[in-house]
Amino acid sequence: MSAPSTALRAGRDPYHVGHRAPGAGVPEYTGHGAGGPAPKRIVVGYGFWIFILSDVILFSCFFATYTVLIQARNGGPGPREIFDLHTTAAETACLLLSSFACGLTSLAVARHNLLWSEVFLAITGLLGLTFLGLEAHEFYGLVTQGDGPTRSAFLTAFFALVGCHGVHVSAGILWLGTMMAQFPAKGFKESIRHRYLCFSLFWHALDIIWIGIFTVVYLIGTITS
Amino acid sequence: MSSNAPGPQGPQEYEEFDLGSHVGEDHVVGEAPSEAAHPTLRSELRGYIVGLVLAALLTAGSFWSLQEHVIYGPGIVMALIVFGLAQVGIHLVYFLHLTTSPDNTNNALALAFGVLFVSFVFFGSIWVMYHMNHNMMPGVALQQMRGG
Repeated sequence: MSAPSTALRAGRDPYHVGHRAPGAGVPEYTGHGAGGPAPKRIVVGYGFWIFILSDVILFSCFFATYTVLIQARNGGPGPREIFDLHTTAAETACLLLSSFACGLTSLAVARHNLLWSEVFLAITGLLGLTFLGLEAHEFYGLVTQGDGPTRSAFLTAFFALVGCHGVHVSAGILWLGTMMAQFPAKGFKESIRHRYLCFSLFWHALDIIWIGIFTVVYLIGTITS
Repeated sequence: MSSNAPGPQGPQEYEEFDLGSHVGEDHVVGEAPSEAAHPTLRSELRGYIVGLVLAALLTAGSFWSLQEHVIYGPGIVMALIVFGLAQVGIHLVYFLHLTTSPDNTNNALALAFGVLFVSFVFFGSIWVMYHMNHNMMPGVALQQMRGG
């Protein structure tokens, strides 16, 4: 009895990478390939997780550059002179709380609660904007006092690494605004929830990158220079 | 019906892949979702709060260890690295919900590869450049002496 449906499924989806066959139920051992294709939610999350890891590898190149060039200052200022750790602590708090609010949004989205989804997304976005404002203020101060990215190799590496993270946060805020518009407009259908899953992965990953930045760039940079 | 494996009847206990949230996954139509596969709002909220508190404590530890005389001077860098790595772990577990469940095997393997590659790039660069600078040192010093 199961032969036709198996053949049908094999013909449509020979490698079992797409949707589960209708009515096939829950596979017993999803993820081991024995219970049929994984749900689309798992496949989507896995694909985006691969992208995030590639992004982390990109950041590791910037981290390596910064660490190698931290002494190459050409007579310019070092980390101890230009970093204000109070700003760094405030930025860290903003991103951590933003990541937490993003997690709360996930809970609301999973329960199809529009009001709380929008509220927590707005909090996530506002904290992200505060972070960007603090970072822009720091960059502006450095550039106006003559310590811009052209001053020394150390400052080039600093602006490249922290700026790259800032660009990611900006892109994340654009995505966040899109999600805030799409929840009311399109509802909590599957594709929108998958899109939100990817956004939350992206946002949490940015906070993980920031852990590396405040540890390596700001704290270790300050005490070893 | 050749593939009718003798499986557990009733609500099947399987762990949902979970980078994001525990709920929202599909389940067998008509079956009441089991408690294990569908944690309550309270338990999920508790997970996020525990993650936030632990991450905040580790962050505070990082900034606090910079104070004078809190940690033996040469050990500060190692302390910062430990705090940072611990916080990354906290984020992975409590915010990204990376677990050891079967559905997370692929994610964990991808993460392991990512960590391997990141360490190649990061520590490899530092190692190579340190030795290169070390070997270049006499030349650079000579140049500076000529220039000055």
